[in-house]
Amino acid sequence: MKKYKILPLILLALLLSACGGGSRTGIVVAGSTSVQPYAEYLAEEYEKIFPGAHVEISGGGSSVGVNAVESGVADIGMSSRSLKDYEDHLWSVEIAKDGLAIIINPSNPIDNLTRGQICAIYSGEVTNWSELGGNDARIHVMAREEGSGTRSQFTELVMGNIRITPKAIVQNSNGAIKQLVTNDPYSIGFISLGVVDESVKAIKIDGVAASIENVRNRRYSLYRPFLFITKEEPEGKVKDYIDFVLSDIGKQLLISEGLIP
Amino acid sequence: MRKFKENLPGYIFLLLALSSISALALITGFIVVRGAPIITDVGLKEFVFGMSWAPSLGEYGIFPMIIGTVSVALGAGLIGVPIGICCSIFLSEFAPPVITTIFRPAIQLLAGIPSVVYGFWGLIFIVPFIRDYLGGPGLSILAASIILAIMILPTVISISEVSLLALPKQYKEGALALGLTHWQTIRFVMLPAAKSGIVAAVILGIGRAIGETMAVIMIVGNAVAMPESILDPVRTLTTNIGIEMGYATGVHQEALFATGIVLFIVIMILNATAQYITRKKSKK
Repeated sequence: MKKYKILPLILLALLLSACGGGSRTGIVVAGSTSVQPYAEYLAEEYEKIFPGAHVEISGGGSSVGVNAVESGVADIGMSSRSLKDYEDHLWSVEIAKDGLAIIINPSNPIDNLTRGQICAIYSGEVTNWSELGGNDARIHVMAREEGSGTRSQFTELVMGNIRITPKAIVQNSNGAIKQLVTNDPYSIGFISLGVVDESVKAIKIDGVAASIENVRNRRYSLYRPFLFITKEEPEGKVKDYIDFVLSDIGKQLLISEGLIP
Repeated sequence: MRKFKENLPGYIFLLLALSSISALALITGFIVVRGAPIITDVGLKEFVFGMSWAPSLGEYGIFPMIIGTVSVALGAGLIGVPIGICCSIFLSEFAPPVITTIFRPAIQLLAGIPSVVYGFWGLIFIVPFIRDYLGGPGLSILAASIILAIMILPTVISISEVSLLALPKQYKEGALALGLTHWQTIRFVMLPAAKSGIVAAVILGIGRAIGETMAVIMIVGNAVAMPESILDPVRTLTTNIGIEMGYATGVHQEALFATGIVLFIVIMILNATAQYITRKKSKK
């Protein structure tokens, strides 16, 4: 009779051991969802060139990437924002730059705004397109959610200390913002330049067009670094992988995907 | 030993049954442990009645989201409940059997559509319609209310239909025998008699509307501001967790768990009320 009392314990032990197992052989990369698609693409090519290598990519966001490296869960963290002061002890390398495009609906006649005007729109000070020389219609402001690397980079580059209006519509991906701006003639949003296509209009900032060329020669001011972060100076297979990403082949792959090495 | 063998299936089932209860205990315990510290740090009053939500600046006030949740659920109730109750009256009193056999499974099917599909449909049809014909960005309380109204229909219809069908036959026969018309019988005898069941149906429907996340994220706009009209975007408690959980770390994550606690309490109160009402009726 008594011995059956341990049955639940045995079941629990079985369950736990089933969850535990499996040793890690590959490289674990985690972090920014903005960097994720490019990292996946790079990993695919890397595994093709070096059969046997295994790179595992997962998202979570820039902060998750930093934390994962810090706690040792991931070998490499991806970040789409610069490291904050208290994260400075980590090792990082810029794998590419990504422009931050301010997008509006293609039917909107406006095609140039100053950084101050964008700030005024996002702070809720300017609420009608007519104040900027457009049609008489309310501006539908679209932003990313708190915690997103794209949002924190936008805040840093455009807003400074001014707050994004709480009335802004919030979506949690580049894709959702693009989709809404495609359909809403009076909307404005910000997304990664790499995912801009003809369904939306990327406006000029202070007269400078949002293009890869202009980011590279630093005339277009809204860009952010894509970082790979490690806890310490990388070595072994992690170093091999990072070297591959920074090599000419890696750069070509990133350029073909719309990034700026 | 032999007695034990006889009872063995009972123990196994007990174990499995306990696992479902322990899931509840685990989840409750977890969100309380993770969410409570921030509520005590920020202060319950500041957390629940605070007007500003800006985790990056250390501001955690969820009052606009409580208003958002209430307005969206209320809107869903205003649209969905009358339709649902009328539909259940139709099914239990007026519909010929042929129609009922088509209607009932169709309504069950409505409950089986994944919420992301509702959200997507709302984004493609309802949102542009509101934007073009009523104004505003389209992503709004109204859009979410319409979608949620459709989503709560199966709950409202099936529970109120069951409570109408469960009424003793004598009620209807007696009323008709006294010379009441069919409609008068429904209006003055059957609906009052089935009242507690119908109220429970409404409460459970509203509870479903409050708890829905995926469809709402896609069409409600998620702006953390007090709405001025039903065409304004709002954020609900569920969408706050859904939209920010991906990137949240540290205190921000705790604040999302704390949002979960508030949501949990609201749903518990609603469900308990519904159970209390139905139980009171069965005692009679």
